[in-house]
Amino acid sequence: MSTPAPPLTPAQPDERIATPRLADRLIVRPEIGALLGAAVVFLFFSVSTEQFLTGDGVATWLDDASTLGIMAVGVAMLMIGGEFDLSTGVMTASTALVTSILATQAGWNVWLALLASLAFAMLVGAFNGWLVMRTGLHSFIITLGTFLALQGLNLGVTNLVTGTVQVSGMRSTDGYESAGFVFASTMNIGGTEFQVSILWWIGFAVAAALLLVRTRFGNWIFAVGGSAVSARAVGVPVIRTKISLFMLTAFAGWLVGSINVLRFASVQANQGIGLELQFIVAAVVGGCLLTGGFGSAIGAAIGALIFGMARQGIVFARWDSDWFMLFLGALLLAAVLVNNTLRRRAERVRR
Amino acid sequence: MRSCRWRAGLLAAAGAVLLSACTGPKAEEPGAPDAGAAPVLDGPLRVAVISHGTAGDAFWNVVKNGAEEAGRQLGVQVEYQSDGDPGRQAKLIDNAVAQRVGGLVVSMANPQALRPSVENAVRAGIPVITINSGEQQSAEYGALTHVGQNESLAGERAGRRLAELGKTKLLCVIHEAGNVGQAQRCAGAERGFSGETATLQVDINNPADVQARIRGAVQADGSIDAVLALNSQVAANAVSGIEQVGSTAEVATFDLNSDVVAAIEAGDVLFAVDQQQYEQGYLPVVFLKLYHDNANVVGGGKPVLTGPDLVEQGDIARIADYVERGTR
Repeated sequence: MSTPAPPLTPAQPDERIATPRLADRLIVRPEIGALLGAAVVFLFFSVSTEQFLTGDGVATWLDDASTLGIMAVGVAMLMIGGEFDLSTGVMTASTALVTSILATQAGWNVWLALLASLAFAMLVGAFNGWLVMRTGLHSFIITLGTFLALQGLNLGVTNLVTGTVQVSGMRSTDGYESAGFVFASTMNIGGTEFQVSILWWIGFAVAAALLLVRTRFGNWIFAVGGSAVSARAVGVPVIRTKISLFMLTAFAGWLVGSINVLRFASVQANQGIGLELQFIVAAVVGGCLLTGGFGSAIGAAIGALIFGMARQGIVFARWDSDWFMLFLGALLLAAVLVNNTLRRRAERVRR
Repeated sequence: MRSCRWRAGLLAAAGAVLLSACTGPKAEEPGAPDAGAAPVLDGPLRVAVISHGTAGDAFWNVVKNGAEEAGRQLGVQVEYQSDGDPGRQAKLIDNAVAQRVGGLVVSMANPQALRPSVENAVRAGIPVITINSGEQQSAEYGALTHVGQNESLAGERAGRRLAELGKTKLLCVIHEAGNVGQAQRCAGAERGFSGETATLQVDINNPADVQARIRGAVQADGSIDAVLALNSQVAANAVSGIEQVGSTAEVATFDLNSDVVAAIEAGDVLFAVDQQQYEQGYLPVVFLKLYHDNANVVGGGKPVLTGPDLVEQGDIARIADYVERGTR
């Protein structure tokens, strides 16, 4: 008793497979608001300061954006998957401390120490994810616990091992030069020294973006962030996906920690505290929803770029540093509002 | 699929090209650092002061006042920036170098982290003066002079004075977990103080916690008869904490503010170790101006010490006004 489907005529294509207008196609991208914001900030400081566009100037704000960007991308992936990690800021210090203590105090080769701190980061990430999935508590609480625990561990262990509150002396360890070449070298482009962390940032963002939009695992991330229950119902391995995401964020923390420890050759036990909020802000400016299920890795990288450009641009503009945070806050709010407006429009377009 | 592989290949090739132009950081080797480059002699002098203080810190505000006042008096354009995170402070230095400032004043709480940036500034021909902390590394990194207080000497002086006042058990309160200078002060105090010394860790951002922990410490150990605070805010918290439990311990502190002045006047605080940080802002601007105009160098390779100056009840009347106007 089935009625035959009405034949589709070329004159009236199904709206689901029709090609939408370019403007509409662009506006549904999560990163478009961030891109516009970045353009505005870029133009503003290019016009209002002399040094912003010079080689040295560009190197400065790209450098500032790079390590923040690596973390923002990791945090964005986790946020799209519907979870938070408050231990990310401290993780950058913890991994750096593990590396530097093993290298300077135990005399390990830097590469071996880096491997050990990577294993440590993976363990903490997996522990975070496992505990969140196991207890069903909000990741906010679980990772707040890890955050505090790591903070105490950083200070306690550093003080115990070195008798002071910082580990230094990385420059005279085995394998420092080769590890430093990979994580902390500079590239001379047109007479200006650019930090290699910029390459890591771009590479990590591109890899994360491909993972997110080109692979099955990327679909799983969106699914578990949108609705874990529905995702489980259609056969997505929710637990595995979420634990992997926590480990990915921890990996980003390790990467940034390694870049920092090799570049600055020392770690302070209280480093990184409070940065976790900046990572989240960058991800949100980049178009991630705090509720999960929506966002972009490239957007988060651009969010960090806005942060870096604004932070260094304010210095180039020679504004009184007392007002620094106010400018930064206003700028970020503006970026988020623009983003939000665009997203609403995007949702209208989608319907 | 093919296009993917092609793209990956292109990326790898681009990466290889970029990497070939890379320079890795240099490992530590003994050897003479670069000599200071020639001073920049044209145009009005512009000096960037980049400290590790957090924004709004009372101590660093006095440094800022000193630098800005010197700038006004000498016609030098002074810009003050600060960030407590060593990595971000390094970026502020890079930023100043990108702006080609005429002189750089840097506080090095974490010298190793700032090393590449400071050396880079020196290589770019920008005269650098270090202030406050980083005395030992200052010359090695190519700075002209160091202006500051030797933290362990200051701690030692405080410890000795407490011993002279007849104290036998000292509690040294550290309020910033990652601060090397504070650890040095407590170690110095332990050296100067003949009796027993213990340290206590508190969080400066939470005054209630500071007070409660100091109260708990003197309560738990009745033999503590002296508390050494490393910050004026902590001193005020220590005084009220001790009062609450009726302990006989007395407080001495580092750094001055109007509360400490009032407390010294009232006899609640024994003395303050003042490193006169106004000079740490003021003097480097003067030195850079002299270097700029006349190629003068101060200190002869030794640091210029701004402290410690012990402020006790006898001296307080004269100094109170200066604290009020933000220069002491």
